[in-house]
Amino acid sequence: MDRFRPGSTQPVGGLLPASIPPDPNRPTRRRRVSVESVAEFGGSALAALAVIWLIFAVAGVDAPFGLFVSWFLTFVLFYGVLCWRSHGLLGMKTRLATVLIYSGALVALTGLVAVILDVTFKGGSVALARFPHFFYADMTQLGGNAPVTAVGVGPAIVGTVEQVGLAVLFTVPIAILTATYLVSASGIFARAVASVVDAMTGSPAIIAGLFVYLFWVAPRHTTGKSGFAAALALSVMMLPMATRAAQEVIAVVPGSLREAALALGAPEWRVMLRVVLPTARSGLANAVILAIARVTGETAPILFDVGGNVKYNWNPFSGQQDNLAFRIYQLFDQPNPHAVRDAWGTGFVLVLVVFILFLLARFIGASTPGKRRVRLPIRRLTRSDGA
Amino acid sequence: MTIQAGPETAQTPTEPEEVPRVLRSAPSGADRIFRLVLMASSAIVLILLAAVTAFLGVRGWPALREGGINWFGLHWSPDSGRFGVLPLLVGTWAIAIVALVVAIPVSLAMALMINEYVPRRVRSWITAIVDILATVPSIIYGLWGYELFSNWQIGPARWLAHNFSFVPILRSPDPGQYGKSVLATGLVCSLTIIPVITSVSREVMAQVPRDTCEAALGLGSTRWGMITDVILPFSRNGIVGACLLGLGRALGETMIPVLVLSANNILTGSILGPNGLGSIARQITGDFVNGSVIDKSALVMAGLVLFVTTLAVTTVARSTVRRAGGKVR
Repeated sequence: MDRFRPGSTQPVGGLLPASIPPDPNRPTRRRRVSVESVAEFGGSALAALAVIWLIFAVAGVDAPFGLFVSWFLTFVLFYGVLCWRSHGLLGMKTRLATVLIYSGALVALTGLVAVILDVTFKGGSVALARFPHFFYADMTQLGGNAPVTAVGVGPAIVGTVEQVGLAVLFTVPIAILTATYLVSASGIFARAVASVVDAMTGSPAIIAGLFVYLFWVAPRHTTGKSGFAAALALSVMMLPMATRAAQEVIAVVPGSLREAALALGAPEWRVMLRVVLPTARSGLANAVILAIARVTGETAPILFDVGGNVKYNWNPFSGQQDNLAFRIYQLFDQPNPHAVRDAWGTGFVLVLVVFILFLLARFIGASTPGKRRVRLPIRRLTRSDGA
Repeated sequence: MTIQAGPETAQTPTEPEEVPRVLRSAPSGADRIFRLVLMASSAIVLILLAAVTAFLGVRGWPALREGGINWFGLHWSPDSGRFGVLPLLVGTWAIAIVALVVAIPVSLAMALMINEYVPRRVRSWITAIVDILATVPSIIYGLWGYELFSNWQIGPARWLAHNFSFVPILRSPDPGQYGKSVLATGLVCSLTIIPVITSVSREVMAQVPRDTCEAALGLGSTRWGMITDVILPFSRNGIVGACLLGLGRALGETMIPVLVLSANNILTGSILGPNGLGSIARQITGDFVNGSVIDKSALVMAGLVLFVTTLAVTTVARSTVRRAGGKVR
């Protein structure tokens, strides 16, 4: 048996705090934006634009992206030379770095936000224009002459909820037990488990699907594909993820709390159930919800395993089921333009679900683990004494 | 000890040297069961890893036996007995490298901007946006890449091919088309790994002792000087780990290559244009269910290669980040 070390609290931060607590010792620097620096910046930008526009107009090139890139490069050149003449080499370096860092971040944010905006506008217009129907109708009418209001992703929503729910049932208890073990034990077995959990978090999604297909679906031939098989595949993805997250949350439960309970004579399992887990409650909920959000949109694991179904199938254990991510892939594969449009609508529903889960996790995680008030008998005793 | 024993110690030689006493824990029966349950549930992860490796290995073995050394050949068509996994392997890596080349500078810029440039109020907002974007499913990026981005990049890609065709990887593609290329796939993949690299490297950069940064500024360093001389050297290992983590993510990406890439599984040097290099995950998704027995076996073997590669990359990445004092989601 491995040595248990109940008092180990590495300062592993939770995955929760949205804002970094301000360091009280950090001095505040007042940054003033002088007129000259604004003039240097704006002047080079305008000059570069003028030069590039002229060149492009004279050459007769019509390439908006190329124009933008050349403008940016010319701007950097002009601004660099200007700063070099007026502020010296160091001044030029730091100013150019500021410009490049801001523009690099802007490029990344633009790309990421463009995806979200496209899904919101292209998909949201589909899903919300057919608001109630799109969320409960099934897909049997797709492609026929039926009105578009008869088409929806109801079966996919049911399937996703059931499959993810089953995966949560399978993985969360194991993940919490494993995390408890990893936090409290040291030794070769614990180290092996920890590194395997680490490694498995990066395993490709398609491998989980392939494994469950070979292991569960293929031996059962036509009856193999079901919501249950999809839930198994999602569990393979979710187990390492949830274990890592739970481990971080449990590790920040103060060791003094655990030691106090042990010193009072509580057995280890009671300490775990009555002290550690209740203290980490909000953090655990947060971790689980984030893992659900990550797993909800996974497509590759379920591709071979869920089967897809245009009709409602409420039973995950028999018959093929539908799934939001799978439905997007299916709709998208069809040449029918209506199907592609509905794929965007389904994508919007999926992103909506994931965002709601994320916000829920943020909301729950707002209270830091370990700071939560734990009602131990000792606290009540001192309070009544002091009164 | 080099000091000779004095008369006092010589007189009391029987005093035993002080050793920490050994505390033996004597767990009760319930606790023994509890520990056993914990260990048993921990073992499930190990069993899972062993089962996945064993299943893929056993199913992939026939292809490897039949193909032999030709398994690493140049052309992929298992049904005719040629298991050239090289176009798939090279394509998978090419996509990941394109994604990293774009994502690393941009993510580091974003991490530095969040930590060093923007006011604290804006900082928590941008961090939240990056975190929420990290949860967007990759099929959404695939959808976006196929429908919109693959077409947007045609113009610049054509320009690159026309003006830089002396660079081998930018040779213009055979059919004269520029959509659905390795370049487009890699660029879309970079969007999925930007949040990962940003949040991990931001975390590591925040561990740099603030005093040292202030000392550099106090000695007259510019902000860029502080970044190059204090922040980057301090967090170098963590940044490398973050990039490796992004590499692992990009190698294992499935839905983006499936939707965006159009491949013919031949080994070409160009990253522009369709019908060139393939991708392991894409090939498994496309061919597995309807393939012949030997085709399936070859695909499973390719999957095993992918699995082991990403596992190795992720393990190295996480231990690097952990040693640098960061944390990984």
